Amino acid sequence: MHLEYKVQGGNFSKAGHASGEIKKVLKQLNVNPMVIKRIVVALYEAEVNIVAHAYEGDIIVDIDDSKVHVVLNDSGPGIPSIERAMEKGYSTASPLVREMGFGAGMGLPNIKKNTDELNIKSVVGVGTTVDFINYL
Amino acid sequence: MKVSELLEKLQYNVFSKADTDKEITAGYASDLLSDVMGNSSEGNIWVTMQTHKNVVAVAALKELSAVIFTNSNIPSDESIEAANEENVLLLGTSKGTFEVCGEIYNLLESK
Repeated sequence: MHLEYKVQGGNFSKAGHASGEIKKVLKQLNVNPMVIKRIVVALYEAEVNIVAHAYEGDIIVDIDDSKVHVVLNDSGPGIPSIERAMEKGYSTASPLVREMGFGAGMGLPNIKKNTDELNIKSVVGVGTTVDFINYL
Repeated sequence: MKVSELLEKLQYNVFSKADTDKEITAGYASDLLSDVMGNSSEGNIWVTMQTHKNVVAVAALKELSAVIFTNSNIPSDESIEAANEENVLLLGTSKGTFEVCGEIYNLLESK
């Protein structure tokens, strides 16, 4: 099964909407609840990253018998150092975003912890791709 | 303990229409959304001062049993609307986070 969703940068009022839709589909497909729980954490964090940092992005999900493969592409500022971004507590979020309780530098560590395979590619000034797989 | 039972014992304000038949598995107190996303579990009651709409999204995605806003914080209309749609119970009190955690903890432990 193949799913695609658009994510608008800056629109916090819709943040988490795509993650909710994907969760519904995974539930309908009777995916193991423990696997769904992990995917939802990773997905939500990655979706919020697009909203908080990028201009726009899309989420592509492919589900087969053995795995759920998620790719989030955005056009945005990119990440100068992925290594630093992966550090717990490191964040470049704006004060406004932090006031909302985001930007604690926990997003990428949460994604890492809740995925089986994770690949992040980023080009400064162009955008970022977060690609992860969870096995069923 | 079910949410309905908690509401009988502790008089919290109720802001949204949602199922109160859910079982409270434990509590989680935090104002950082990624902390709740990463560390809370299904059925937890979430104690927080954050009242914006993203709180509802996190509570729905994590299938929390309820959210309680402390220190007289009141959710926005947008949050209430989203909570009604997503079946997320939003509660509130004038008490602070420390006190609320204590009273809910005692209640859950007494069961």
